[in-house]
Amino acid sequence: MQRRKFLKTLGVASGASLIPFLKYVPAEASGNNNTLIVVSGSGINSLDLHRKGTNRPSYQVTVNIYDRLVRFGVKELEDGSLAYDSTKIEPEVAESWVVSNDGRSLTFKINPDAIFWDGTPVTAYDVKWSFDRAVSLGGFPAVQMKAGSMTSPEQFVVIDEMTFRVDTPKSSKLTLPDLAVPIPFIINSKVAKNYATDDDPWSTEYLHKNPAGSGAFKIVRWDPGQQFIYERNDNWLLGPKPGVKRVIVREIPSASTRRALTERGDADLYMNVAAKDAKEFKSEGKVTVSGAPIDNCLHVLALNLDYKPYDNIKVRQAIAYALPYEDIISAAAYGRGKPMFGGSEKIPTNITWPQPFPYSTNLEKAKELLAEAGLKNGFETTLSFNLGLADWQEPTSLLIQESLGKIGIKVKLNKIPGANWRTAALVEKRLPMHLENFGGWLNYPDYYFFWAYKNGHLFNSSNYKNTKVENLVDDTMHMSTDDPQYETNVKEMIAIAFEDVPRIPLYQPFLDSAMQKNVNGYASWFHRQLDCRSITKS
Amino acid sequence: MTPKLFQITGRLAQAIPSVLVVIILSFILTRMLPGDPAVYFAGDMADKESIEQMRRSLGLDRSWLEQFYIYIINLIEGDWGISLTTGQPVTDELLARLPASLELTIFGLILSIAAAVPLGIAAANHKDSWIDHFCRILVTAGVSLPIFFTGLFLVYIFYFLLGWAPSPIGRIDILVLSPPPVTGFYTIDSLLANESETFFASLAQLILPAATLGLFALAPIARMTRSAMLGALKSDYVRTARASGLSRKKILLTYALQNSALPIFTTLGMVFSFLLGANVLVEKVFSWPGVGLYAIEALIASDYAAVQGFVLTMALLFVFVNLTIDIILTLIDPRVGFDD
Repeated sequence: MQRRKFLKTLGVASGASLIPFLKYVPAEASGNNNTLIVVSGSGINSLDLHRKGTNRPSYQVTVNIYDRLVRFGVKELEDGSLAYDSTKIEPEVAESWVVSNDGRSLTFKINPDAIFWDGTPVTAYDVKWSFDRAVSLGGFPAVQMKAGSMTSPEQFVVIDEMTFRVDTPKSSKLTLPDLAVPIPFIINSKVAKNYATDDDPWSTEYLHKNPAGSGAFKIVRWDPGQQFIYERNDNWLLGPKPGVKRVIVREIPSASTRRALTERGDADLYMNVAAKDAKEFKSEGKVTVSGAPIDNCLHVLALNLDYKPYDNIKVRQAIAYALPYEDIISAAAYGRGKPMFGGSEKIPTNITWPQPFPYSTNLEKAKELLAEAGLKNGFETTLSFNLGLADWQEPTSLLIQESLGKIGIKVKLNKIPGANWRTAALVEKRLPMHLENFGGWLNYPDYYFFWAYKNGHLFNSSNYKNTKVENLVDDTMHMSTDDPQYETNVKEMIAIAFEDVPRIPLYQPFLDSAMQKNVNGYASWFHRQLDCRSITKS
Repeated sequence: MTPKLFQITGRLAQAIPSVLVVIILSFILTRMLPGDPAVYFAGDMADKESIEQMRRSLGLDRSWLEQFYIYIINLIEGDWGISLTTGQPVTDELLARLPASLELTIFGLILSIAAAVPLGIAAANHKDSWIDHFCRILVTAGVSLPIFFTGLFLVYIFYFLLGWAPSPIGRIDILVLSPPPVTGFYTIDSLLANESETFFASLAQLILPAATLGLFALAPIARMTRSAMLGALKSDYVRTARASGLSRKKILLTYALQNSALPIFTTLGMVFSFLLGANVLVEKVFSWPGVGLYAIEALIASDYAAVQGFVLTMALLFVFVNLTIDIILTLIDPRVGFDD
């Protein structure tokens, strides 16, 4: 009866909404510089990121209404756009921290200015309860915490009311940045614990609809499937005061409608614009497009080594020489992609990641390699792509199909519906040739390799296995970037990826948002969501 | 028991097996959907272990029979489950979204009837005249233009270029608050609450999507009216009425129209059910928070509880609409007397 109970308890809790939701939208809402109207393609499904099944758009709620111990800084890019800075970690709830000599303990001093919405101070007990929750509820939060070597509640120690310590089994460069991702957010445990039950010790049913945090914004209204509204918390002292008082995020499912609303000026900000629209917005010049290449993310063509002839390195390299890279960037990514082809060295000279692979379109070379592999006359294969990402994957697949046809490889296209995609591509890993788009939240090459090149790991949909890579990743993952060995190891990893190409990078995608000219301060984030705190409207 | 009452009770009884079959079918079909909800909902970075954990907590590790038993017991207790995509109880969501879809469909249908029935009558009355040709063109356009195209086209003209229509952002403007819920129909609720501003705001939001739907529904209604009227106008009783020197208006509206009402009503029933399904594209273009969008999103995610809830609601609604139409037909059929 587990499921029944699960559903029933949820049903009871969600019937009653306990926070004083805004009953109306005050009349001064639009047309003034206090309110920001945001349009988004998909809605949120929970106010609690630790809950099972919480979708990606909901991450933004956590970002805006909760605080973390630390946060990433923001940097300005060459074109004036703003983006988060993965190398800069700033205090948030923690006013300072020290790392022990062995690097295995991080001790945080909590800022007395960190105050929950109900006026009580944020204490080390709240931090511990929240972190315990993140590692105990399982699912995605637990996996993300594990990336920072945090797996069990014993690692989180309350030293006193205002001092908190994280112990890790080994020293790792990933622990601190992992505390700045959306997952380890700090909940008001005194409030949340009131709603804990034996079946639900972490108050997931309560926090699903009733946030209890200390963040710069509060949620004042949530109409599922339609909109939700943030209102500024004027008592927030952990950063510059947010520039807008209220943010209305409206769910507009049709991309054409979102575009019309933006062009007409009825929406202030349009999050996550498709590449085609971003390009056209840019050329029309009526609205600002702000975008940055997504860190540690690549759109790749993956070849599955469990299927012949992709176990042959020559075939993989032949395909890497036969891809129409430039056409893909102009016709499928509409120029909103950073080229990842045409690199000049076979061995990388630096550890920039991602960096261009040493391949470019060269059909003669591709034919030669195919002949060497004994497949002079080509072969037949199936290229699968995700219908949920058809906006770039469909044109890309068609271009690849056409180009591979020229070297005798007959490609059949296989469209897979979004719901089935993860099972087929990532869990069962049974697609011979397919498109993949993994991006790592923590911006280190070895972190990318951990997920995408280690055998059995989720995003290694190529079933690639190389003992050298396995060892290199294990050795490097937690190593400090100052370690002299770090650069050597990463270069070696990248060289192997260049040579073996189980994943052939096509380009590094952009995350674009369009906004009215009077909206400033927008920054691109690795979590690909809107951080309202920095936005101003003039 | 009068034959009419007997007929009606008979129809009611017939509805029960269809609902039962729908419950069983929707349960089986959702489980045959490709895609694995445990994988989908376990999240972006979930590993094998957390997927299994998810599967257990969803109860999907049990046998189908066991799951079906739990589902039926829950249904009887009025618990339709929680939708994982939206995180809300299915019943809450359907109760909030169904009125949105119904309001749109009914309004679209009314617009459509208001245009199609007079048009059909006029076309039949002046066969092969300019009005008949006009009717033909409109009907062809209504059938052949894809519904999302009409929707986007209307948005482009009336919102984007002319700026006459309000922004297509759903049932009500961002600035106006929704009326206190009674029926769930914003137009009716705002009138009940005596808020004229809200009424006009929600009416303004309704016009474009309803016109899109209406244009689509125009074709079958106008065509059916025209052919039924043509048949009636050729009949013996109309010839007799004409010979008796009755006025043209009386012949047209009383004798011909009343006799054509049966096929028109049957068509209306079909068109209504059909529109509820066709809604989804209009809902998408106009950001209308209706059941169609809900169902599509649930299907994409293999969200069992939501899909089952949607299918069941639709089945109940279809049964109800057909039943109502049948009852109306028995009541208005001039060939059946009222007191037997």
